[in-house]
Amino acid sequence: MKFSKIIKNGIISENPIFVSLIGMCSVLAVSSSATNSVAMGASVIAVLTCSNIVISLIRKLIPSEIRIPVFIVVIATFVTIVDMFLKAFAPDIYAALGIFIPLIVVNCLILARAEAFAYSNGIIASAVDGFSMGLGYTLAITILGMLREILGAGTVFGISIFGSSFQPAAVFVAAPGAFILLGILIGIFRTIQKKVAAN
Amino acid sequence: MGSIFTILISTIFVNNYVFAKFLGICPFLGVSSKMETATGMGVAVTFVTTLASIVTFIIQKYILDVLGLGYLQTIAFILVIASLVQFVEMAIKKMSPTLYNALGVYLPLITTNCVVLGVAILNIQEGYTLIETIISAVGASLGFFLALVLMAGVREKLELADIPEALVGFPITLIATGLMSIAFSGFAGLV
Repeated sequence: MKFSKIIKNGIISENPIFVSLIGMCSVLAVSSSATNSVAMGASVIAVLTCSNIVISLIRKLIPSEIRIPVFIVVIATFVTIVDMFLKAFAPDIYAALGIFIPLIVVNCLILARAEAFAYSNGIIASAVDGFSMGLGYTLAITILGMLREILGAGTVFGISIFGSSFQPAAVFVAAPGAFILLGILIGIFRTIQKKVAAN
Repeated sequence: MGSIFTILISTIFVNNYVFAKFLGICPFLGVSSKMETATGMGVAVTFVTTLASIVTFIIQKYILDVLGLGYLQTIAFILVIASLVQFVEMAIKKMSPTLYNALGVYLPLITTNCVVLGVAILNIQEGYTLIETIISAVGASLGFFLALVLMAGVREKLELADIPEALVGFPITLIATGLMSIAFSGFAGLV
């Protein structure tokens, strides 16, 4: 498989959030601001790329009956590393993301890529797949995070863009706004993809 | 008694795991299309979450804390949950084939349900006692159950509705979930 195709797959045609709808919990929960979204995206890229590489390396040693527990242990190891790294070097982000850092373990996206790609492909291809899937996730969560921050607080990455007269709609920073905005975003993404495919 | 009741109401309604804490969205979107599957998944999750919370509580208190291995929490918990799910599956298969036929398909899916791991970790973070842990696990899974059944009811009606083409399927489900979440935010301040 060509690398360009793997990358396009991860970011556009099989975008984990807009197309496959996997790994949604963290997307909805941490996208209340753009900064958190980027931090979460970076953590997912790190875990996904590393776990894909390791699983691809040991794929011939894993008996297929116990592959899921093995995948989970590999993923949990990298999640623990990311968890400790953030705790030590970025305590603010660690506090903001909270429980969703350890919950990367059960993010279906990472297990799905291990099962569907890394378990049956070479190391370099798996690394590229992990990185581009992670990038697709990061792009989606950042778009959602920026929109929620603009509508809900009138800021982007903490910088005010409308001045003090803007009345933010707080519902978009709260839970309901996340569901509604993501639903609308997926609808828009589908429409664009259809238009592009038709041309 | 007071605190137990508070925990129960708070985990079912006020801090509903699906509508307010965004945990368990994947199975929520996946199996909420039919009432029957929603009920099956709900029962299976309630069972596993409660059991997993008790076991992880004991492991945290008597193994990880005693030996100073707190940093292994994520790995230890997920391993416990994965093996517990496997064990429960085998036990149910042996003891009650009827129950197995009803729940069988959902059990493997529960390993990657963030409600189970989320509740286990949050209970430890909140510093609950064993009784409070059990109550909070039951409340959390009942809240998940409630969300699933409510959504299944809505989605069975949605199938008959005339929806813009781009929103058919998951997008409209997400928007409906958002509206339901607004309704649930009305419970804020109850406890």
